[in-house]
Amino acid sequence: MKPKVFAMFVGPSVFLMLLFIAAPLISVLVNSFQVTQPIVEVVEVETCTPGFLTQTCVTEVKTVPILDDFGKIQTTTKWVGLQSYANVLELDRVGEAISSGAWGNILQIDFWKALRFTLTFTLITLPFVLGLGLAIAVVVNNATKAVKGPVIFVSLLPFIITPVIGALSIRWLFYGDGIVTVWLEALFMTDISVAANGWAVEFLMMFYRVWHVAPFAFVIFYAGLQTVNQDTLESAIIDGASRWDRLRYVIVPHLMPLIIFITLIHLMDAYRAFEEVVGFSSQSQRITLQWLTYDLLQPDDAGNRAISRASASAMLTMIGIVLILILPLRRTWRDHKGG
Amino acid sequence: MSDAAIPRAMRQPFGLKLASNLFLIFWLLLAAFPLFWVLAMSFKSPVDAFSSSAAEVIFGPETLAKGDGLSLIDMALGIAFIWLSIKAAVKWLMPMAAGVGTLQRVFSWLVICAGFAVMVIVGLFVVLPWILAPLNALAGPLGTPILGLTTEHYYAVWVENAFWQNFNNSLLVTAGVVTVSLTVGTLAGYGLARSGSNLAFWILIVALVFRALPHSVLVAGYLPFFINSAEWLRPILGENAPTLYGQPLAVIAVLVSINQPFTIWMLRSFFQSIPEELDESARVDGCTHFQAFRWVIMPVMWPGVITTGLFSFLLAYNDFLVTSLLLDASNQTMVPAIAGYFNRETTTTDQVEAVAAAVSITAPLFLLVMVFQRQIVSGLTAGAVKG
Repeated sequence: MKPKVFAMFVGPSVFLMLLFIAAPLISVLVNSFQVTQPIVEVVEVETCTPGFLTQTCVTEVKTVPILDDFGKIQTTTKWVGLQSYANVLELDRVGEAISSGAWGNILQIDFWKALRFTLTFTLITLPFVLGLGLAIAVVVNNATKAVKGPVIFVSLLPFIITPVIGALSIRWLFYGDGIVTVWLEALFMTDISVAANGWAVEFLMMFYRVWHVAPFAFVIFYAGLQTVNQDTLESAIIDGASRWDRLRYVIVPHLMPLIIFITLIHLMDAYRAFEEVVGFSSQSQRITLQWLTYDLLQPDDAGNRAISRASASAMLTMIGIVLILILPLRRTWRDHKGG
Repeated sequence: MSDAAIPRAMRQPFGLKLASNLFLIFWLLLAAFPLFWVLAMSFKSPVDAFSSSAAEVIFGPETLAKGDGLSLIDMALGIAFIWLSIKAAVKWLMPMAAGVGTLQRVFSWLVICAGFAVMVIVGLFVVLPWILAPLNALAGPLGTPILGLTTEHYYAVWVENAFWQNFNNSLLVTAGVVTVSLTVGTLAGYGLARSGSNLAFWILIVALVFRALPHSVLVAGYLPFFINSAEWLRPILGENAPTLYGQPLAVIAVLVSINQPFTIWMLRSFFQSIPEELDESARVDGCTHFQAFRWVIMPVMWPGVITTGLFSFLLAYNDFLVTSLLLDASNQTMVPAIAGYFNRETTTTDQVEAVAAAVSITAPLFLLVMVFQRQIVSGLTAGAVKG
């Protein structure tokens, strides 16, 4: 294919990605180093109220934003270097917490709190997604042919459902006097209040994520199981391998590329977890890195959005993405060079 | 495969089979229960919906006491009606959709879907109640309501709270995203699949990196520009430069671009499974690259395009972050709109309305899986098994 023809085919897509992905990235990077504020001036205002004999006058010093010709507030953009990053990281409070020995205080700071939760969330859900997905795939593969279609249909539902709605549907089972909470209370004969307990909410968020992603792992593993070499399996049986041995030494190695694929996708997706916080309304207890940026972008009570702080927190989130992607990208590069 | 055909060593002991099937049932319950429960709650009066007894949530005695309920005859006729209409759709409507040309086929599908929806709604809410009212009165014990069920929350959500506006916005955004991202994506996917150049490799790698970006990072880049776009664009577009913030069209462009990396990867893997000899022979017969793409490759690509379209649809339909930040309250789509419900939930009635809204959002997805299960599965495995 000639370069010109190639450009005509790929052009629109590349243009969209440059305009709406690459350009915003650069603008976020620039924004994270500067702050835009309204220009204010200090004026003395004398307010007088009528009084007997003389007026009562009060002089106040006020800061007022300067308006331009159209009556809009004038703003100025200042280059502040790493100031926004420092505001997000709050290193002085971290240092204080370390020097006073109260390590737990670090987790009171929004960014570190979000980082801690995002990392534990990503790493703890991963083995459960892989394990549950593989277990369902093996079991469905084992089931009678007639039930496979309906089983796959039901299994796809948690995956296909809108993430916020999925999180909500689990929240309604547990929060307040949800039906499962009632059952658990009857089982353990105690009062349980899920929404008030940070760890219970954290557990529910992880549970939701596993419930939501396991079908994806299941479908991929199930497809992989169809291509397991039957001859290898038979020779393993002749060599006296038990069922467990066969799973361990034949099937899992065969599925290894798929396991890596799912791990990669899951790391990318769980690292940008966001809908859980919305669905479980956990912002006072557990937040994720992406939610932190989202929250800074939301207008506050005065209608201002903390764009530069949001940009800084977005760039910090990016560092994690780069770390996750380095290994697979190096591998792809080597394959490309070799092939 | 009968049992005898399996080698003896591969046959499973009874205990293992039992454990395997029990685990399967456990998973199915786990997968379906939250959704089933939400569905049951949405049809009950608040007292029943949040009752601590499971039986009350399912059978709804309070709802029944208020006079909303179904008798055995209602249920039997309702199920029969739904079953018959599904049968009718498969038997009569599906063949009618056969048309010449893609556009015509899409159009006739749309007409048929709309017609079917009208038929079912009229049948279920006008004709059936009209027949059933005298029938229930005659039937005695069979005609007395036993299952509490009310649609008042759905009425409140869709009509009183104007959820249909959000539905329209969702429809607009998803339709736009699917159309544009497939058009742009198929072109790029074809180009990338047929070019072995280094540039193509790098585009794919960069797209992979873009796929991993958190969406909030990108939105942080759009927001300042979108809010002030009228001022920024004035030098180019003159006085009627638009403010992009709150514009569904701007959101469509954003979602298409965010979706593009995934789309081109998936379509590329579908295009690669079409043998290159096919376009070579077309080129020998005198087609240009574009003609070969349009008249030879596209006709065999429809399954791949439909599958990719499904995933584009899901992304646009399920999105919360981008739409909630870039659209204002007046043209909000359904998913961010529901966040408004449970944030202001004060009474239990509000909560059940939120549940009803959630079910309303899920219902189209449910139908989607029913119709396109095979395509979804093939889409999920396309990237993984081949690459």
